[in-house]
Amino acid sequence: MKHSVPDLPPGRPKADPSSPGAGEDREPASPPFLDRGQGGMHTHSLRELLAQAAGAGHVPWRTLLKPGDWLLLLAAGVLVATSYPLLWRGGTADRAIVKRDGQVVTELALNVARKYEVTGAIGTTLIEVQPGRARVLSDPGPRQYCVQQGWLTRANAVAICAPSHVTLQLAGRGGRNEAYDTLNY
Amino acid sequence: MTRSTIELPVTADDYRIARYAAAAIALTVAEAALPSPLPGIKPGLANIIVLVVLARYGWRDAAWVSLLRVVAGSLVIGQFLAPGFFLALSGALCSLAVLALAQHLPPRFFGPVSASVLAAFAHIGGQILLARAWLVPHDGVFYLVPLFATTALVFGAINGLVAARLLAMPAAIPVAAPAAPKGAS
Repeated sequence: MKHSVPDLPPGRPKADPSSPGAGEDREPASPPFLDRGQGGMHTHSLRELLAQAAGAGHVPWRTLLKPGDWLLLLAAGVLVATSYPLLWRGGTADRAIVKRDGQVVTELALNVARKYEVTGAIGTTLIEVQPGRARVLSDPGPRQYCVQQGWLTRANAVAICAPSHVTLQLAGRGGRNEAYDTLNY
Repeated sequence: MTRSTIELPVTADDYRIARYAAAAIALTVAEAALPSPLPGIKPGLANIIVLVVLARYGWRDAAWVSLLRVVAGSLVIGQFLAPGFFLALSGALCSLAVLALAQHLPPRFFGPVSASVLAAFAHIGGQILLARAWLVPHDGVFYLVPLFATTALVFGAINGLVAARLLAMPAAIPVAAPAAPKGAS
């Protein structure tokens, strides 16, 4: 019972594998991924995937983006851009808090240059304030750590002159002081 | 030298998930070799596979692939139960939760790129929240949010484009189970 199939083009494999016509041409009737044998299958997925991903211009990239995608990318970009000033604004300080033994001695606004003397446990500590920054100018402490720290510019930065029990701390706009739970001697 | 062997019934679903998970794990391992300027900033190439699986086989398979990738990938690179593992797990769970919602976006307007970007943000969000709650119990981690968000946007878009392109080629990845799984365990 040998018959050809006249109504199909000669190059195309026939869909029905039970028909004798399909056995004549060797091309697989099923999709190629279903027709693979057992060997080497597991090595194929990644290699093919990478090859396909690198393969040049099957589909133009911009056709892969739908209108909603553009919209979402735009919204996400705006959101990300606004997150920079929003989250990095906390760095600016607007006042300096001087404490002795944990008690606030004075609060100095950081908009005018001035100097302030505070009497500590072992002598006089001199605080210098300039617009946007503050420092311990001099301190009688033996190791001068708080003096060598130099200018403090960011909110919640702190210089501690431990021997004289004096701290200089900058505070930000929020008015909250949550950087440290507590500062003690 | 056990006499009895335990035969676990392996379905075609299992083979498919295992194959995709293997591709995802390979990408995880390859990516672990890339230098990163900051812990947590990496392309997340394995998520391409998750997106492809989500689009082709639905959320359940995507969840399997994603979580298998996290567990097995961390085993391979020696990070299992290390902090990085929990960060990755937290990120994967969050992004799966978001993908569960994102898959209901109207497909006419939203493609894989939207899903990818949303999942990338969820990924980084889950990691930062866990880091804040557990590893770095201080609000200072949120200073890194803009950087993480930027990389999430960039890599989310790129991964989404790659996934969209893979999805545009129906036979890019073999999906069938081996014909006769002899001796497979």
